[in-house]
Amino acid sequence: MTELNIIVCAKQIPDPEAPLSDVSVDAENMEVIVDAPLVISPFDENALEAAIQLKEEAGGKITVLSMGKKLSDSVLRKALAAGADELILLEDNAFEKLDSHSTATVLASAIKKIGAYDLVLTGRQAGDWDAGQVGLILGEMLGLPCISLAREIQIEEGNVIVKKTVPVGYERAKAKLPALITVSNEVGELRYISRTRMLKMMRGGDIASWSTQEIGVSDNAIAKMEIASLSTPPDMTRECKFIEGTPEQQAEELAAVFTALH
Amino acid sequence: MTEVLVLGEVKDASLDSRTLEMLGAGKKLAEASGGKLSILLMGDRVGNIAEKAASFLQGTVYKIEHPLLNGFNADLWLAALEQACAKITPRILIMSHSFMGMELGPRLACRLNSRLTTDCIDLSIDPENGLLLGTKPVSGGNAISVFKCAGQTQMVTVRGNVFPPAESGNTGAAMVAIDVTLDDAISRVESLEIVEEETVALDKANIVIAGGAGLGGEEGFEMLEGLAAALRKSFGSVMIGCSRMAVDKGWISSDHQVGLTGTIIAPDIYVAVGISGAIHHLVGMVHSKKIIAINTDPSCNIFKVADYGIVENYEEVVPALIEKLEVLS
Repeated sequence: MTELNIIVCAKQIPDPEAPLSDVSVDAENMEVIVDAPLVISPFDENALEAAIQLKEEAGGKITVLSMGKKLSDSVLRKALAAGADELILLEDNAFEKLDSHSTATVLASAIKKIGAYDLVLTGRQAGDWDAGQVGLILGEMLGLPCISLAREIQIEEGNVIVKKTVPVGYERAKAKLPALITVSNEVGELRYISRTRMLKMMRGGDIASWSTQEIGVSDNAIAKMEIASLSTPPDMTRECKFIEGTPEQQAEELAAVFTALH
Repeated sequence: MTEVLVLGEVKDASLDSRTLEMLGAGKKLAEASGGKLSILLMGDRVGNIAEKAASFLQGTVYKIEHPLLNGFNADLWLAALEQACAKITPRILIMSHSFMGMELGPRLACRLNSRLTTDCIDLSIDPENGLLLGTKPVSGGNAISVFKCAGQTQMVTVRGNVFPPAESGNTGAAMVAIDVTLDDAISRVESLEIVEEETVALDKANIVIAGGAGLGGEEGFEMLEGLAAALRKSFGSVMIGCSRMAVDKGWISSDHQVGLTGTIIAPDIYVAVGISGAIHHLVGMVHSKKIIAINTDPSCNIFKVADYGIVENYEEVVPALIEKLEVLS
């Protein structure tokens, strides 16, 4: 089997699992303020896991590509610790709140600079704006066959075979390499990374940083999201009645709650 | 004149409920912009669905019939849509945030050089410039954002079960067949097989008992199934749900997933076991009539949206609860 060259696009975002109390909306500046550590967007982690599994089977190279205004390489180094070979950071002040089309434009330029590849993997959507567009637009821009919502990816003789989720179950879809695939969480969570390995990667690792000039993206090729307003959603909190006591007593009272609701 | 075009979806040889919702939303936009509402129906055969659709609008029922549109191949559907949009040049295009819309929307937007807002829960026309505004929850549901949708064709995909469905009773819609040029070579993805799976219809449940990472393993779901069985005796339809984390860990299949990228539900009773309540989960269940949460961490999100909370290891409480319910029933 020939070795695989896989590109994984990974976005750095504030942890979407953050407690509600750590999130607020700045309506004036139209920003969601999340007082939580930065992480790799969860579906992108799923994509990385899929890439690592493919590499384990066929051998090859995983390049992780990340774009943003200000990237923290300590967050993205996790990808190297998990099993990626190279990290390419696309950092520029202009890369803040780009619309999906512009984000795909930047990523497509970087991928063209990378040159040869077999697969481009992205998460199905990012955990901050939840648009779910960049991956598929990127596929269009690169002129690649696109398969979305992958739950399992296999390579067979120059083709990729994907189990993709469809309304009635799943479809086995086949495309010639190179191809673009958006990955869903059924693929499984990113593997556990030991602390030693994580610490080792905090120092070493192959990290490149490309400027907009280097990838050839001009300012007028990109635009920011056009937001008319940003607001706090309707309050969804309720008054929680905590049921106390021993598990036995709690069960007794909860059973009574069910009976009353019947 | 502004033409608001809805991409219709067909289920069991009739318009699916989400299409009726899109027509409801589209009608308001057409009225607000002084335009007309039209629908595009595609397939190998559209049949009498076109006539049925006509009763919901005053504009045009466009239909594309082509043997290669049998089933759903995104490449072929996209090519047909692109050709149709070039002929119709709709001002606004509404698609469902369904599997089909999620796949076609971004790619079509790229080809039309339009901007798309996905998963909208409200649509309106900006009174200042007549442009479409799409309202969408972002950050998992932590904020609501109103996006402008630029482009000659302004595009949105809309969430299901949010917009009131259109009512029939219109007459006078025009019927236009659109010819498209398609050939097999356009398709770059081959469908080897479609495997039907038994999936759980969470939106039909009276009670959903959902488990998350706190279950600690897939055996936890067996215990929840025991609770479901005990409740089924009195409550009818009781189903098992889960958080995204439980799917990621491979403990349960994704058709059980509740939340933003799973199913959005509002059962009579939702029981969250070992679920901390990430916002993308909460948006999928917060409209449940009663919410009961069992979790060891008293500070976690789930208790903020719950009516009843138990701070305890579920392995202690759930078996005792099953026992009590058995006695009561």
